[in-house]
Amino acid sequence: MTTTSDAPKAGFRPSQLIYDTRYRSMTIQVIAFIALMLGLSWLVSNTIANLSALGKDFDFGFLGQRAGYDINQRLIDYDSSSSHGRAALVGILNTLLIAVLGCALATVVGVLAGVLRLSKNWLVANLMAVYVEGFRNIPVLLWILLIFALMTEATPQPRDFREGGDASMILGDSVAITNRGVFIPAPAWGNGSMILLIVLVLSLVAVWGWRRYAHKVQEDTGRILPIGWGTLGLLIVPLAVAFLALSATSGRVTQPIYVTGAAEGTSLADFGAAQQGINACAVPYSTESLNLRRALRAEGLRFNVVDVTSAEEAIAAAEEGRCNILSLPASTEAATVPAGAVALSDTIRRGSPVQFESPVLGGFNFEGGLQLRNSLIALWLALSLYTGAFIAENVRGGILSVSKGQTEAAFALGIKPSRTMRLVILPQALRVIIPPMISQYLNLTKNSSLAIAVGYMDVRSTLGGITINQTGKELEGMLLLGLFYLVTSLIISSAMNLYNSRVKLKER
Amino acid sequence: MKKSVLFGALTVTGLAAGAAQAATLDEVKERGELNCGVVTGLAGFGAPDANGVWEGFDVSVCRAVAAAVLGDPTAVNFVPTTGQTRFTALASGEIDLLARNTTWTFSRDTDLKFDFAGVNYYDGQGFIVPTELGVSSAKDLDGATVCIQTGTTTELNLADFFRNNNISYEPVPVETNAEAQQQYLAGACDAYTTDASGLAATRATFENPADHVILPEIISKEPLGPLVRHGDNEWGDIVRWTLNALIAAEEYGVTSANVNELAAAPGTNPEVNRLLGTEGELGAMIGLENDWAKNAIAAGGNYGEIFEKNIGENTPIGLARGLNAQWTNGGLIYAPPFR
Repeated sequence: MTTTSDAPKAGFRPSQLIYDTRYRSMTIQVIAFIALMLGLSWLVSNTIANLSALGKDFDFGFLGQRAGYDINQRLIDYDSSSSHGRAALVGILNTLLIAVLGCALATVVGVLAGVLRLSKNWLVANLMAVYVEGFRNIPVLLWILLIFALMTEATPQPRDFREGGDASMILGDSVAITNRGVFIPAPAWGNGSMILLIVLVLSLVAVWGWRRYAHKVQEDTGRILPIGWGTLGLLIVPLAVAFLALSATSGRVTQPIYVTGAAEGTSLADFGAAQQGINACAVPYSTESLNLRRALRAEGLRFNVVDVTSAEEAIAAAEEGRCNILSLPASTEAATVPAGAVALSDTIRRGSPVQFESPVLGGFNFEGGLQLRNSLIALWLALSLYTGAFIAENVRGGILSVSKGQTEAAFALGIKPSRTMRLVILPQALRVIIPPMISQYLNLTKNSSLAIAVGYMDVRSTLGGITINQTGKELEGMLLLGLFYLVTSLIISSAMNLYNSRVKLKER
Repeated sequence: MKKSVLFGALTVTGLAAGAAQAATLDEVKERGELNCGVVTGLAGFGAPDANGVWEGFDVSVCRAVAAAVLGDPTAVNFVPTTGQTRFTALASGEIDLLARNTTWTFSRDTDLKFDFAGVNYYDGQGFIVPTELGVSSAKDLDGATVCIQTGTTTELNLADFFRNNNISYEPVPVETNAEAQQQYLAGACDAYTTDASGLAATRATFENPADHVILPEIISKEPLGPLVRHGDNEWGDIVRWTLNALIAAEEYGVTSANVNELAAAPGTNPEVNRLLGTEGELGAMIGLENDWAKNAIAAGGNYGEIFEKNIGENTPIGLARGLNAQWTNGGLIYAPPFR
């Protein structure tokens, strides 16, 4: 049955905007929007008026100007003649470094503490309770300052490591803990390091295949293959074999040292004694560079290192006179050897694919190796331990949210406690743990701006500190800084949300 | 983007709330108190004493200005600022005057929109190292770790110095002088660099000052002086001429001891009479009472007295007058005529 009613009269009265529920919500939204825009425009015009009253302009040109200050921890090339933009980038990378390191350590600490706090062992459970309550209830800035003060005041100065001093390096003279930071061995890459990398990638593929295979066998037959040992073996054995083979062959090859301003066949010691200053051209982080420096140090010579990017550049630099000593592979053709350069009687090893350079005591400080500055360590530890305490509570809550019956059922099936935790409890607990974990990661990242308290050069200290101070661009600097933290936080939370959607309950 | 504009606008609204209004003088009079930005603590230049009363060479400038404007040298609200916060504090109007060993530079005067009222201390950047390092020149500092206050000109000079001499160093940025001192004494840095006067002041507070040596190199010119916001010239004039009054007072032998006597009746020296308001109307020209300079001098004495009392050779800091002697004694301290 069809009935046609008359179309409603298209009479729209303004009062409908208020009294008709179809239009009312729209009206309110439009009014709210206009009010918001008015508020915004008032703020913007106020800003413009005040800026012009101060005689300041609004532009980001300062980012291209010369920065003029030095930064101690740089993950990319930077010196005082670089631009403010570059300085900001160095700071951004430092912030990201501390965020990544901090989130990783906080997760490990938090998960461990959370699980252990549920332990049946009275001492362990209470120790963890003390840790969680202690760190969670004291401001993170205090922890940062405390750890920094401990690192600075309670550790020896580099000069105490000299002969007659009362400090010594640990782990076979490879690690030095000083009040300027912890110096650890740094890797140097030599011939064949690419081969090692390829072997590693192949091993990873093999591990993936092995795990799939083991899984399939278990599904099909119920037989459990040793996944852990297999993985370990697949990772270590091929790498070790490749490393030893390469070290034994190409690693033993020696190559000459070329110098300018000496007679052919002079020894390194005689050359060093005759020269005013030694400038060595070397590619950073290469074993060539490492072995050349070791040879020089063995003779007790002081030297400067001129960083170059390739052997060709080293030759060019030597011809320009920027350095007077360099080492080239024995296969180098005589024609390309820098003009005026002669080979010494001493030679150096070509070097293994990977060698580790231990820090050694230089003039004022340790040289070589990798310096983990106290500011980095203090910030890293404090942020991780502080955030870890919160994560521990999230983990504990997540585990407690899984019904006890699940554990009992698993035990009744004869599943070992460790597997019960891994296969039954944690997968269910993760659904509860992940969402609050996102906030903790965000907190840690934003708290890293406390770096200024210990002089860690993060983006707040470079762009938001020195750059603003030198250029007087407070508004622009703060806007950029806010934008950076906003974008970083959004990226972190969207990545974690992706992970969350993978572990959350799959509804069919 | 909308969000960030909002936040930016909020920041600036806050920053600029009291900024750059022309009548700082009226505001100070109405408030009955001078907001003066000082160092967070540097012996001799600006630090609270055991009773919490601020004193020091730079602090005396604040007191002199307060005395000139309000007639009361104690009507000062001291706002401690770090190297990084000082300029924002001044630009935003949080303080009326910044008297905090701040170097007069081109960009600060022009681009940062400040006006320097003059120079109250001619300084230069130096290095302090422990004697046991055996370092005798700053050029021997290759590879050294150097503590440096961030947000200062010394930071830039340091970078230039090591770059020019083609030697390397590791900067350790710190916020305040106290922090730098603690790091330096703990041996976390080999050397500490700041203005030579600051080094002397810092060394004076060490347990064993003799174990530390200030290296002979002075690597920069650091004319330090009080500064005000650009744009309020009347207020700038008041600060400038208060400083000049202190300097002129030393030149003409007006001291805190005899200033009341000299100001009671016109004397023989017309310049002193004009300065102290017994002749002419100099005070009215800058919008102050005629006894403004008398009050400023009575507050802490003339320039020489302030110097001797706070940082002179008889104090633990023990700085010689050197460049900061009156021009009549071969120094650079010189006040334009009061006429």
